[in-house]
Amino acid sequence: MANFLTDYLIPFAWILGGIILTVACLMGGMAYLTLFERKVLAKIQLRIGPNIVGPFGLLQPIADGLKLLTKETIIPSGANRAVFILAPMMTFILALTAWAVIPFNQYMVLANINVGVLFLFAISSLGVYGIIMAGWASNSKYAFLGSLRAAAQMVSYEVSMGLVLVTVLLCAGSLNLSQIVLAQSHGWFGVSWLPGWYVLPLAPMAVVFFVSGLAETNRSPFDLVEGESELVGGYFVEYSSMTFALFYLGEYMNMILVSAMTSILFLGGWLPPLNIEILNSPYLGPIWFVLKTIFVLFCFIWVRGSFPRFRYDQLMRLGWKIFLPLSLGYLLLVAFVLVYMGWLPKVA
Amino acid sequence: MILSALAFYLFAGIAVLSGLMVITARNPVHSVLFLILAFFNAAGLFVLLGAEFLAMILVVVYVGAVAVLFLFVVMMLDINFAALRRGIRQHLALGLAVGIVLLAELVIVVGAWAVAPEVAAHTAPIVNSAVTATNTQALGAILYTRYIYAFEGSGLILLVAMIGAIVLTHRARAGVRRQVISKQISRSRAETIEVVKVPTGHGI
Repeated sequence: MANFLTDYLIPFAWILGGIILTVACLMGGMAYLTLFERKVLAKIQLRIGPNIVGPFGLLQPIADGLKLLTKETIIPSGANRAVFILAPMMTFILALTAWAVIPFNQYMVLANINVGVLFLFAISSLGVYGIIMAGWASNSKYAFLGSLRAAAQMVSYEVSMGLVLVTVLLCAGSLNLSQIVLAQSHGWFGVSWLPGWYVLPLAPMAVVFFVSGLAETNRSPFDLVEGESELVGGYFVEYSSMTFALFYLGEYMNMILVSAMTSILFLGGWLPPLNIEILNSPYLGPIWFVLKTIFVLFCFIWVRGSFPRFRYDQLMRLGWKIFLPLSLGYLLLVAFVLVYMGWLPKVA
Repeated sequence: MILSALAFYLFAGIAVLSGLMVITARNPVHSVLFLILAFFNAAGLFVLLGAEFLAMILVVVYVGAVAVLFLFVVMMLDINFAALRRGIRQHLALGLAVGIVLLAELVIVVGAWAVAPEVAAHTAPIVNSAVTATNTQALGAILYTRYIYAFEGSGLILLVAMIGAIVLTHRARAGVRRQVISKQISRSRAETIEVVKVPTGHGI
């Protein structure tokens, strides 16, 4: 049984350690994202933001978490108990699962699978279930309407998101996220130190992806799902305490995930801004990756501070009548250019 | 290899159990949720077979899209499923017949290989396991070359079905006022605003 130790236990311990580390970092990042959002929004609106709890309000997320923990979990009497409890858990677990395939640098990735992009796409398409189940199980018309909106919205925007992913993988020639990042490491015009990120040649697609990401995570200006002015609180009206917190955290986790996806697909993941030897160290990789993710997250919050909420028909119009033809057309254009110029990536 | 065997029995067992729950659950929404669980475990089985592309596509297409629509319909339609159940006696024979035909076909397919191994020669050749290409490349290489007509044909059928569904369900409602954005933004200032000088105490 000697090889049982080396074959199973040690790899298992490594994977478990990686998972715990990732989850811990994510939880911390998520908690401080809420503070970051409140601070940025406050600055946009010429306020100060949370500054009482701890220095510069740095302990505010902990206070918020404790408050939610100590509240009572209320299950409405007409609710479908099992599904009601399952829905927030599912949202949160799915938001965590997706991080298994995100590469932090060339070597730091939990599961370097060949279909990483598809895995992320599959997990994000599952996210809608948490919301639908919550809306249905709450046995409340506001929650139900909110979840129906969410389902239609997420299914609509997934289509253009999928086409954007196809464009990226046409350029990269792989569904593996690490390969996609490495495909962006060659500079432009034969100059090797320029960043060869896909945001330059695929700029319209990057915008479509970012906006679809806003819609996919139900963020403002597409937060009709929880539109408080018409639906009270949307799909999670009936939730309280930790069940509510799980939804709330899941939303922020999805935000970080979409930002990380944007930085991997379009901003070159762990690659440095200038491809020179000293910046290219594998230790700096996660730092570049986190900086890019924070930049995209800032854009998320910036959009929230700047734009009013879309009306439902405008949302559907944007998704189906503008983004879908645009991304299809650009996909054809990219395919044409790649074939015509002979730039198609070589597959092994 | 004991781990993959354990994983197989886990996935297969949950898939079969949730399949049973789909047809026995009292609440139709629970049925759909169990159906999703069954899809999910089937995807797990695909991963065990090394068919990760198929597994992901199964999740994206069936769980992410088809089952959402199922759930949508089941939640929206207020069907009294208890009343539907009452007719189970008269439909039982038909249901059993369909089930038996399906089972017989499965047995014939699998049994033919066991009884007469030469039958297996008629099927498509198994891809050489030494091929290093990934799932996605292997599928693409065979789908767009050997099976190109079948592939394009099924695409066309789906397109026709989609257009058919739109034609059948689309209705132009009279009296609906739609927002025409180009009309709104092409207004000029001259036709929208008129500045009038109002003499004090007179009005317009």
